[in-house]
Amino acid sequence: MAEMTYIQAISDALRLEMRRDPRVFVLGEDVGVYGGAFKVSLGFQEEFGPWRVIDTPLSETAIVGGATGAALMGLRPVAEMQFADFISCAWDHLVTVAAKQFFRARTPVPIVVRLPSGGGFSGGPFHSQNPETSFAHIPGLKIVCPSTPHDAKGLLAMSIEDPNPVLFFEHKHLYRRIKGEVPEDRYTVPFGHARVHRPGDDATIITWGAMVHTAAEAADELAKEGFEAEVVDLRTLVPWDKERVLEGVQRCSKVLVLHEDTRTAGFGAEIAATIAEEAFEHLDAPVVRITAPDTPVPFAPPLEKAYIPQVEDVVTALRELAAY
Amino acid sequence: MAVREAEPVGSLQEVKEVGLDREDLLAMYRSMLITRGLEERGHILYKQGKIPGSFYTGRGNEAASVGVATAMGPSDVGTPLHRDMGVHVVRGMEPWRVFANYMGREDGPTRGRDGNVHMAMPELGLHTMVSHLPAMLPVATGMALAFKIRGDRRVALGWFGEGSAGRGDAHEAMNFAGVRQLPMVFICDNNQWAYSTPTYLSYPVDHIADRAAAYGFEGVVVDGTDVLAVYREAKRAIEKAREGGGPTLLECLTLRMEGHAVHDDAFYVPKEMFERWAAYDPIERYRSWLYDHAELTEDEESELTATVKRLLNDALDRAEASPQPDPATLEGGVFASVEDLDTPHHK
Repeated sequence: MAEMTYIQAISDALRLEMRRDPRVFVLGEDVGVYGGAFKVSLGFQEEFGPWRVIDTPLSETAIVGGATGAALMGLRPVAEMQFADFISCAWDHLVTVAAKQFFRARTPVPIVVRLPSGGGFSGGPFHSQNPETSFAHIPGLKIVCPSTPHDAKGLLAMSIEDPNPVLFFEHKHLYRRIKGEVPEDRYTVPFGHARVHRPGDDATIITWGAMVHTAAEAADELAKEGFEAEVVDLRTLVPWDKERVLEGVQRCSKVLVLHEDTRTAGFGAEIAATIAEEAFEHLDAPVVRITAPDTPVPFAPPLEKAYIPQVEDVVTALRELAAY
Repeated sequence: MAVREAEPVGSLQEVKEVGLDREDLLAMYRSMLITRGLEERGHILYKQGKIPGSFYTGRGNEAASVGVATAMGPSDVGTPLHRDMGVHVVRGMEPWRVFANYMGREDGPTRGRDGNVHMAMPELGLHTMVSHLPAMLPVATGMALAFKIRGDRRVALGWFGEGSAGRGDAHEAMNFAGVRQLPMVFICDNNQWAYSTPTYLSYPVDHIADRAAAYGFEGVVVDGTDVLAVYREAKRAIEKAREGGGPTLLECLTLRMEGHAVHDDAFYVPKEMFERWAAYDPIERYRSWLYDHAELTEDEESELTATVKRLLNDALDRAEASPQPDPATLEGGVFASVEDLDTPHHK
């Protein structure tokens, strides 16, 4: 075991995959000489050469479309979007080509698109978004949102191994803030298995990505008042661990769904609807959703703080749930 | 670097020099007949109500598609479009599978998941198009990138039209391919009409191939109704790419001889334009050439025509016998499993 930051774990996973499988290669803007905008692939070009760590023109369409073509020819591309926000430029290639290819033609498209996402540092409307739900709606794409270094490493290895297009949402605000013990060897974390980040029986908080840590802080606060909320980290949205969520609902009877993405038709709505359909009788209180409001991500610090769900917001909601 | 306008191919000797023997010449003719026959029969099937949705043909593009596909090597790959039935035919897709796909049957390459010419067989080196033209250009570029990374002596061909040349995908694909000098050929089926939009509203220069200079490679314009000239230019471009010479943009100039799809009577195309281009029907033109230069005889021709007719009739029967896809299988095919990767092209 070694202590790694979240971003070191991502870098480590990618390096190990490239060492064990010559089909794996990286392409994206500034990933080579510069090592990527966040330095995930720093030193990779020295180790693997310029044809496995490919600096592309500023061309998101060619990056994702090109990754699809290379995957169809038997390689295992890992494409980097400099910021998750820029995936909008490659929407067609994920949604129109990659997502539908296997369904139509039975040719798998094993690509991974790494998406540095999320806010918390005044990145503004175009460097802070969490677009995972837009893609969770598209049949054929898998959606991964790790919250810890351990999961980031194991889920990235799993993403590269998976025979489908995988969107790997890595939260920028966790990159250097979150550290943890990570096995040095390669391992995978399976998709569709939620992880209990913090145990509890009085309420279940369902969340993913950076909000896992917000939820845990809030739950710790409530524990001082004798109310123990569990924090369930979904880890992947497609597939999502419905069984584990429903088990928590049945046991705790009070539910809080938390995400950093905006509210309307966010993935929290899917979770809440599923709970209403399949565990209605177990609820002792209405399902609570805490999300960003339906606005673009604002720039100024007080505005951004109002946008991103804060520990205090979750504490307040948990107190209300406790009293219900 | 100005665009080069390709000369027509003349004598049999010239044809031999580009690597075609008489058997190849007849095979190309046969492929063109099958291509047109498939689409004519498809049209009838559509009118009989046997084809759901809409129906597209590539009438007028038979020489361009057959000429290019004949120039491909066995391990080369491509992403042909809805005017390029000839590519599927040359690469060996059996006609009954085409009819089955038209009709949405289980034996079509997409098993009813997609219709008309939205199909391809990866085992023949072809990968299916999507409607969002020219989205397959960046994909073909990625195929060429894979060959370059691995050092394969293979070439990827990406097709697009003069209409879809207006989209950013065309620019990003050509720019990336040019920067990396990938083993790739861009084929522009310029049939002069993007649905109802004429060329002067699609692009402001003389030729789509003019753009190649901006991406650092050669642009060539060829008469797309001349199958031998198309073959020669495609062969040259493909072998250049294979030898490390980078991409070429080959523009095949034709006229779309029917509407955009079966519902469209193409009233917006001037009548004189149709008449002028009808004199350059690719099949008629090649047939005359074969009589004049390759000693095609009437006996040979009638036997060839009869064989193709029989092939297509049998294909139709076989396709109509193919079952409808089972709705119970619908949800099973969205995600691939690891076993699905165990295919020759993924190894």
